[in-house]
Amino acid sequence: MAKAKETVSRTLIVALVLSIVFSVVVSTAAVSLRPAQIKNQNLDIKTNILAAAGMLKQGASAAEIEEEFSRFDVRLLDLDSGEYVEPSEVGVEDPMKYDMYKAASDPAMSTNIPSSEDKAGIKRRPNVAKIFTLSENGELVRVVLPVHGYGLWSTLYGFVSLEGDANTVEGLGFYAHAETPGLGGEVDNPRWKSQWVGKEVYGEDLEEPQIRLVKGGVSADAADREHKVDALSGATLTSRGVQQLVNYWMSDRGYAPFLKKLREGEV
Amino acid sequence: MADASAKQVLFEPIFSNNPIALQILGICSALAVTTSMNVTLVMCMAVISVTAFSNLAVSLVRAQIPGSIRIIVQMTIIASLVIVVDQILKAYAYEISKQLSVFVGLIITNCIVMGRAEGFAMKNGPWLSFLDGIGNGLGYSVLLIFVAFFRELLGAGSLFGVSLMPVVNEGGWYVPNGLLLLPPSAFFIIGLAIWGLRTWKPEQVEEPDYKMSRHTAKEAF
Repeated sequence: MAKAKETVSRTLIVALVLSIVFSVVVSTAAVSLRPAQIKNQNLDIKTNILAAAGMLKQGASAAEIEEEFSRFDVRLLDLDSGEYVEPSEVGVEDPMKYDMYKAASDPAMSTNIPSSEDKAGIKRRPNVAKIFTLSENGELVRVVLPVHGYGLWSTLYGFVSLEGDANTVEGLGFYAHAETPGLGGEVDNPRWKSQWVGKEVYGEDLEEPQIRLVKGGVSADAADREHKVDALSGATLTSRGVQQLVNYWMSDRGYAPFLKKLREGEV
Repeated sequence: MADASAKQVLFEPIFSNNPIALQILGICSALAVTTSMNVTLVMCMAVISVTAFSNLAVSLVRAQIPGSIRIIVQMTIIASLVIVVDQILKAYAYEISKQLSVFVGLIITNCIVMGRAEGFAMKNGPWLSFLDGIGNGLGYSVLLIFVAFFRELLGAGSLFGVSLMPVVNEGGWYVPNGLLLLPPSAFFIIGLAIWGLRTWKPEQVEEPDYKMSRHTAKEAF
């Protein structure tokens, strides 16, 4: 009996049966739970966009988030020209389905960033970005732009929300990062994030982004205080990363061409 | 008799034979997921269900498993269960599954699961093995919750995300101890817990590896 258990054919049969049984179990679970997972992921992204735009109510239900989010238009944007592109040009039907971070690793859909210009530490930039605009009475009042860049340990992914003047910050938030909890992880701190509200990205000439994260806080009479945000204490490198990534995405290599057109009313 | 041993199998791992405190297994995840109580509780439930059901499954097929591939068979069972748990969390507890990230997947490599499958379920019946899985999962949970309690309370001034001691960053008075949010602090707390447990139950103290023999050589002064 004990002998029969150890034969080669027996071993192969047990291995085969076991593999089949468990592959069925795993694939059933994966396939049947897929719709719920996709729903969660989409809801999560929408929640983050609303949070960055300061439109998220405490304890909002899924339906409320969906409704609030439906006020936004999802647009695909060619970063170099600053013009909107049709979803079909990037091979999707629904602009919501376009994944700009996946596109960033596809050589056909992204551009290499020369290391001298790669302030955000992201190496490649997608050609087309997915942005969210909010219009009221035919006038664009808010635009939410995805940004990402390297902090200390990880790439931070987030959104910056700008007012209709394409200069004033309405909010900023990161939804994925792995910075040190309690130090760099304080990028999630609501009090820190609230400082960003009302800051101006560009100087008077509206050319170069001027955001600075400074040590020791920003007093009410500091020079250029409209561009300055208090850095995170104990997290110099995360703070530098945030400053660099915001400035990178607001520069000519990021959203500046689009924002210029927006100010001139061309889009 | 069977009743008494079922009880023993279920409750012994909680204090008398705790997988973390006595066997020093599963330390990796005990460092990683104990920064907040919510995350810890979900992780504990995930580990309890995986140890219980992997023990059950291994025990059910133990007579059929050829010795030469038994470890791989156990791994397949454990890995499949972990994937299922991960999928369920992603579908129904998305926020927490995001915080747990890779650590759900890493239950596969949790020595407690594998240790119980090989050490207990291969030799015992399905019901006892199932209870043993739950018991060891509970033993793991008790220690994790103990660690998470101190880490969240002193590191973030809150419990279950509810602020108890308002921290300075949010305008309160409590200066949180940042060390407690970093993994090494779990080592200190686990160490203190083991010390406490062994003071309470001195039979858990290990024999020293060697003893110094008495000094017998006579020397002239």
